[in-house]
Amino acid sequence: MIIVKQKPLEEIFEMTKNAKNFLIVGCDGCASIIQVGGERQAEILKTLLEMKSRVKGEDGPASQAISILRQCDRQIVVSSLNPVIGDYDTLVSLGCGVGVQTLADLYRDKLIIPANDTEFIGMHDTKADKFYEMCRACGDCILFETGGVCPITRCAKSLLNGPCGGQSNGKCEVGGWKKECAWVQIYERLKARDRLDLFTKFRPPKDYRVSGHPRELGNEILGEDAAT
Amino acid sequence: MTKEAYSELMKQINAGKFVFTGELEPVKTTRLDEVIEGAKTLKEHVVAINITDNPTAFGYMNALVPAYMIQKEAGVEAVYQMTTRDRNRLALISDVLAAGALGIKNILALTGDHTTIGDTPQAKPVFDLDSATFVYMLKKMMDEGVDLNNNEIEDPPKFNIGIAAAPNANPLEPELLKIERKVKLGADFVQTQCVYSVEQAKNFLDAAAYLNIPILVGVAPFKSLSMMKWMVKFVPGIKVPEEIQESLRKAKKTGGKEAVYEINIEIFGELLREIRKTTNAAGIHTMAIGFEWIVPKIIERAGF
Ligand code: SF4
Ligand code: SF4
Repeated sequence: MIIVKQKPLEEIFEMTKNAKNFLIVGCDGCASIIQVGGERQAEILKTLLEMKSRVKGEDGPASQAISILRQCDRQIVVSSLNPVIGDYDTLVSLGCGVGVQTLADLYRDKLIIPANDTEFIGMHDTKADKFYEMCRACGDCILFETGGVCPITRCAKSLLNGPCGGQSNGKCEVGGWKKECAWVQIYERLKARDRLDLFTKFRPPKDYRVSGHPRELGNEILGEDAAT
Repeated sequence: MTKEAYSELMKQINAGKFVFTGELEPVKTTRLDEVIEGAKTLKEHVVAINITDNPTAFGYMNALVPAYMIQKEAGVEAVYQMTTRDRNRLALISDVLAAGALGIKNILALTGDHTTIGDTPQAKPVFDLDSATFVYMLKKMMDEGVDLNNNEIEDPPKFNIGIAAAPNANPLEPELLKIERKVKLGADFVQTQCVYSVEQAKNFLDAAAYLNIPILVGVAPFKSLSMMKWMVKFVPGIKVPEEIQESLRKAKKTGGKEAVYEINIEIFGELLREIRKTTNAAGIHTMAIGFEWIVPKIIERAGF
């Protein structure tokens, strides 16, 4: 899922300081699952913003906190927000960058404030309580060849033909040999499956047109029926 | 398997001569005199000199200029080091063509240390190609006379292509398989990172023997005791035997800086002799950045 992290409150206060009133919009998608952007967090942020404005001795804006199913779906946003959006002049999004932009595109006369920093596409290890970046959406997945470990994302140099000379005891030179070297992991996984041929295989230069942004996909993503 | 030789370095390797190479580092300067002086110091003792390309991701002078200048002014062949860290494939092609135009005969194809460990850690790392895809591009340019998209090159360049290796890599097998990839692509020779004992050299050379590629073992004397201590402490994969550490410490205590130099000459002279006598190395790549004068002394001490 998309991993987000709330911005420092000072930064949010700074962006909201001229708002007359505001609607805090949570997202029940990724942001809510990792407990950064759901209904509860929207309520908390509302309280904090109100407290802040009270501290400054200003009139508290008539704010409201809600959370919608997914901010990354235009139709869901329209059907969930249109009924409540009323006279709010400022929307504070607790979604990821996609959510913020969807709101900004739909409600162009409003000020849209991102409350989160969008970090990466990642996995949540709930036991270790850590998030790991796993995929950079390169548009040409090679996980089959690399034992299910993504070198584009998890090798600090995105090497197609690693490891580099910087690995030591399976750790990566970047960040001082604390993180795993993806290419040693790839080697270990493929060796265990007796597929070192895939490891040694030469992977030619990547075609970066495939991941050149901004990318768009037509209705092939949903199938013919969806187009009608 | 004998490789086609375009450079003096490769000619001597092919002739079965035990070769020495040196290394010079153009730093953050607009001056060339130090590199040229360094080249003159090494000239009689090495067949070629590597010119480093923003080593450890420090922003230094473009290596192509000193590579050209040491050939022109000092009359010694260059091994032009090129990393894929700072240039995309377009910029690499430009520099490779320029190197061809300037009479460079050897390129050492490297991925390069990550930007974050250098002196400009905020920089955007490029890594459009890696060392393997770079070798692939070089071979295409040389052998087929075309770029990656098969666009024709007028008067294609000819180089001998070197690659790097980490002899103390642990685990070693992925390192070997990685070299194997590049050997299959047509790399001509290997220059390794440094070893500090003949066992380290032997272990790696034995493991890599099946690759059938000439290997120059890296040897790097210590400029000072503190440099050794720093490396032992902070550079994983560098294994300096306790006897060497002890001799350096003792030398420093009894005779200061001069004694440290002297013990270096003794230790590394011995190491060179042993590597030549007891291993199948094609030669030795010496790295003594900032105190190149010690290399001739070490080579002489080794009895060459
Ligand atoms: S190769 Fe990596 S970045 Fe590309 S799609 Fe697969 S997991 Fe994502
Ligand atoms: S040490 Fe491993 S993960 Fe890190 S940059 Fe090198 S190959 Fe990639």
